[in-house]
Amino acid sequence: MKSLLINPVLNKEIKLRFRSFKSFLGVFFYLFALGGIAIGFILMNTVFSYNASAIFRPEQSRTMFMVLSFVQMALILFMTPGLTSGVISGERERQTLNILLTTPQSSTSIILSKLISSIAYLLLMMVASLPLYSIVFLFGGVSPALLGATFGLYFITMLAIGSIGILFSTLIRKTIIATIITYGITLFFTAGTAILTMIGMQFVNFQNLNQTSVMPYITSMFNPFIILLASFEEGVTNEINSMSGIEFSLITGFVLSFLLISFICLFISIKKLRPKMKAKKELPEGE
Amino acid sequence: MIETINLTKKYGSFTALNSLNLKIEKGTVFGFVGHNGAGKSTTFSILATLLAPTSGAAYVNGYDVIKEPKKVRNHIGYMPDFFGVYDQFKTIEYLDFYGASYGIPQSERQALIPQLLELVNLSHKQDDYVDLLSRGMKQRLCLARSLIHDPEVLILDEPASGLDPRARIEMREILKELKNMGKTIIISSHILPELAEMCDEIGVITNGELVASGSVASIQQQLQANKVINVKLATDIEKAILLFEDDPKVSTITKHERYENTFTFAFTGSELEQIALLKKALDQELPILSFSQEESNLEDVFLEITKGVDFS
Ligand SMILES: Nc1ncnc2c1ncn2[C@@H]1O[C@H](COP(=O)(O)OP(=O)(O)O)[C@@H](O)[C@H]1O
Ligand SMILES: [Mg+2]
Repeated sequence: MKSLLINPVLNKEIKLRFRSFKSFLGVFFYLFALGGIAIGFILMNTVFSYNASAIFRPEQSRTMFMVLSFVQMALILFMTPGLTSGVISGERERQTLNILLTTPQSSTSIILSKLISSIAYLLLMMVASLPLYSIVFLFGGVSPALLGATFGLYFITMLAIGSIGILFSTLIRKTIIATIITYGITLFFTAGTAILTMIGMQFVNFQNLNQTSVMPYITSMFNPFIILLASFEEGVTNEINSMSGIEFSLITGFVLSFLLISFICLFISIKKLRPKMKAKKELPEGE
Repeated sequence: MIETINLTKKYGSFTALNSLNLKIEKGTVFGFVGHNGAGKSTTFSILATLLAPTSGAAYVNGYDVIKEPKKVRNHIGYMPDFFGVYDQFKTIEYLDFYGASYGIPQSERQALIPQLLELVNLSHKQDDYVDLLSRGMKQRLCLARSLIHDPEVLILDEPASGLDPRARIEMREILKELKNMGKTIIISSHILPELAEMCDEIGVITNGELVASGSVASIQQQLQANKVINVKLATDIEKAILLFEDDPKVSTITKHERYENTFTFAFTGSELEQIALLKKALDQELPILSFSQEESNLEDVFLEITKGVDFS
């Protein structure tokens, strides 16, 4: 474990990433977007509000927290593919990968270092955004536990989408194609599963009330936004549970399936980073 | 020590490397010559554990490239034919990163890196960004990088390609120094003379097959059997040609286009037979002014070996 933590690739990635001006700009715009939304929300509910009570109430504070969380989740989903889908293919394109692979570093430590450094950058953004949440705490309406749970969901999402990005970066030579595929999958996990969930719910509603269908459960289980919503409103979870007839916690289902996705993607990436050397029994050439 | 046994690499149905057998002893500098696309980089990539062979075996320092790639990596310094650098690194950080990658402790790296920079004449560039170094400097930096863990075996894929003559000479001097340090080196080039001077042995590869190998002298000798001799007479060239034509070891007599009374012929006989031939001509009172063997340089040897190969 120690060699994984104090790892040259990780060290290098973090050093180079945090050295670049682009990264600085990234954090800046991230905070700018989030801050803008938070301030806009407060202004809308106070100064520009019709009932000119001009007081920001706990319910509004809670709504703002939800809006912020959704925006932050959207930003994470938007940035993670871009941050991870070039980590291996980019080195291949810049012709630095070959040399890296002739060092005795294990494929595992190279892949995990790449993942950790990408996530570290995203976490930095999260931490930088924490002061914004202090507004929420100032006006009440949200428990620290809910904030913790929300950040937990962010982390699981980063991990899974990041692992998918790394997988395609490892498998596909061209970064641009790996990036497009990763965004495509991310889009499926958001818009795609949302549409499928709606279709599934309609389907259940059209049938008589005793009928259940697993589809809304499965599709919403893979949708970070629905899960985020479910963590705020227990009603959402209950409804999907009753529609599908599955008792198992939706949020736990999400956590487990995203962890499984991460694990599988990382496992394949590690196996595929270097050529398979063990000569197999003569197989027909497949190229 | 490097050894390959029937090493073969196929890309689909295309055979890039066909049953390559090499044996390079410890401390030997082996030059691997072949035109572009001959299979040099393919061989080196397999030795560097970057590419799996289709069949056959390869060993570095006794370690099997296929079964023990990680051990092999610890014993080789590899320089690819094309490589990039992390552009935001400074020279010293670049080397430090690879040093760490080989598990060299920080304190040792700090002592080692200045020595390596000294060896490749880059001490004055230690705080420059690697991206801004010239091509020759990058090549030398990459060489220094490949030495960071003091490997016994160096696998250098065209380290002098794309360099100007001055940078080439500088590279060659460094390689000589490495040779003196007792490293086993396999180095490739598509230009034979570039290698001849510093190599103990040479292997010539064309279309994935080793067509000649051995010491530089022996390769030259293999082809010296077919030497070209120049003859210049005062007069009587026709009579001379008639006489030379008679000798069974003489072929393709051609009169020189520009110089009068001068011709060349190919001769496959030994040195003694060559002397006998000249004596016979002199006995016939032929007015021979000169009788000389054309210096065949290594470039000709290379072309001779790879004759009939489509270079396109
Ligand atoms: N990944 C690949 N797929 C298909 N053909 C390849 C691949 N890599 C190399 N080749 C082919 O294999 C042959 C040998 O290439 P290479 O070893 O790079 O030659 P050299 O280094 O001697 O110039 C070339 O004809 C090249 O086109
Ligand atoms: Mg090559």
